[in-house]
Amino acid sequence: MIWLTWRQFRGQAITSAAVLAVLAIALGITGHGLVSRYDQIGLGTCQATCTSLAAKFIDELQVGHYSTMFFAGLALMYAVPALIGIFWGAPLIAREFEHGTHRLAWNQSVSRSRWAAVKLGLVGLAAVATAGLLSLMISWWASPIDHALNYGAANTGAGYSQLSPLVFAARGIAPLGYAAFAFALGVTAGVLIRRTVPAMAVTLVIFAGVQILMPTVVRPHLILPVQATAPFNANTADDFVITSQGNGPATMMLTGNYSRPGAWILSNQTITPSGRLFDGPPARACTSNSASPQACDNWVNSLHLRQLITYQPASRFWPLQFAETGVYLVLAVALGALCTWRIRRRRA
Amino acid sequence: MTAAIEASGLGKKYGRRWALSDCTLSIPVGRVVGLVGPNGAGKTTLLNLATGMLAPTTGSIRVLGGEPASGPDQLARVGYVAQDAPVYAGLSIADHLRLGAHLNPGWDADLAAQRISRLGLTPSQKAGTLSGGQRAQLALTLAIAKRPELLILDEPIASLDPLARREFLQVLMETTAESEVSVIMSSHLVADLERIADYLVVLMGSRVQLAGEVDQLLASHQLLTGVRRDPGSLPASLHIVTASHTERQSTILVRSDEPVLDPSWSVSQIDLEDLVLAYMGLARTEPAGPVAPTAKILEEKR
Repeated sequence: MIWLTWRQFRGQAITSAAVLAVLAIALGITGHGLVSRYDQIGLGTCQATCTSLAAKFIDELQVGHYSTMFFAGLALMYAVPALIGIFWGAPLIAREFEHGTHRLAWNQSVSRSRWAAVKLGLVGLAAVATAGLLSLMISWWASPIDHALNYGAANTGAGYSQLSPLVFAARGIAPLGYAAFAFALGVTAGVLIRRTVPAMAVTLVIFAGVQILMPTVVRPHLILPVQATAPFNANTADDFVITSQGNGPATMMLTGNYSRPGAWILSNQTITPSGRLFDGPPARACTSNSASPQACDNWVNSLHLRQLITYQPASRFWPLQFAETGVYLVLAVALGALCTWRIRRRRA
Repeated sequence: MTAAIEASGLGKKYGRRWALSDCTLSIPVGRVVGLVGPNGAGKTTLLNLATGMLAPTTGSIRVLGGEPASGPDQLARVGYVAQDAPVYAGLSIADHLRLGAHLNPGWDADLAAQRISRLGLTPSQKAGTLSGGQRAQLALTLAIAKRPELLILDEPIASLDPLARREFLQVLMETTAESEVSVIMSSHLVADLERIADYLVVLMGSRVQLAGEVDQLLASHQLLTGVRRDPGSLPASLHIVTASHTERQSTILVRSDEPVLDPSWSVSQIDLEDLVLAYMGLARTEPAGPVAPTAKILEEKR
């Protein structure tokens, strides 16, 4: 059964190995250049000046092709699990049904459960290995940029820390979980729908849906987020937004500044001493054109507001990676079990 | 001695339609069984039940004493060439033989290689480029080389040209002559089976109409021709299968274990094809008139 699985998968395996090899060479060459720039600028040995050096490093990258490659790497890490689900998963068994060859396979002296388990297991391992190698290569290539971005103050890239939803899914071990899940999802769709192309479409739609739900709904709560409060300081605040609607009372939303390098900020609220969300109303000092900005700041500071930040600190990158990978692997194993059960039960 | 196929009250329902109903059969081992019936009669359903590709809705079926597809051992005992002889289009003939060798503990590599070379096929050829006849031969080779005790073939020659048909049947006959294998082969044409089958099962309208050894079936059926008369006047020991009347003459097919001695009838033997057609016609149209002895068969059909 191992031989047959390999024989049927050989073409795809060789193709993807070749693509990975080419990619490894390209990333190896350019990644080397990236590392030497990182060292040249002094980021490898910096003590107190890291934040400004990081900003400088990131600024320099904006002009070269490194920035393009950084985003291409992200796109590739997003695309590969989906492609694995669509092109390895969905056809794996659906194509057997379409061509009727399952009737040949199921009448050899091998039980159907074994047939399904070996196919799922081997190709699934290949899917995980492919995603793993790719993630390793791209994570290595992007590590100078990721380090610089994690200093956070590099204002050009504050949204691209390793924990930010965009980058998180393209680094570390999470892509292994995505690949395993996408593959199992594709196989399941193929087993249930029995037709390759519709199974591919369903796989893409469901996988995309899960990949959107995960960072927005699930990931923030995989580990209980940290809550921190600090006195609100109007002098360093990021944003004052005053809105007035018709004749009603004007509202005032304040956004405080924070310094949490590399953290994933889930919410940043300004609350009153009684714990209520502050929404104004603004004093004249803040609405009148004649008053000085300092007067408004002084009034805000006199309210003794507090800033409440909910966030995942940068140190949670690996715990969150493990938790998320675990979730996806559990889903993948459950889908695999469902497939095997369906195939054992399914008739003709 | 265990039966090749032992079915009791076997039925399979798809949605609201019965593809096979109330099928009770006991086919001994060592036979070459012809399973005849028009398209849609339930032949494929019966064979899929026998190979465990389908699970019965009602009743039970045992193949060589075991539950179909219950495990690797049972799978090894039954060789199956499914309808349209599926093979992997992207794999070569040699790949298929390796597949067989890897997946079947009883694989006879010499036999497989011999058959392929005798068929004049190139092992490196992709199965997708084979003609229908060659594909059927490849599928048959895979099924034979696993050395099964029972070979099940679902309409293996339906789509083949006459020459390929003859070659296929030739290979099949050699196989049954060389080994002890039992064969069940379905076809909608009696002529395909006449040459090789020694046991016949006629399926029509999802029901078994007739089953038995070909010799016995032929010996126990007689065609009576004589002056027109009411079939009810025949002795009760004769079961009337079909009766047709012209203005002056009656032609009656009877089933009886005793010879018909009435000299007013001219008695002749019926050939296999006519016998099958008679039973098929019986299921299709409900004959009118006083045909009391056939009522039992008709009831089975309803």
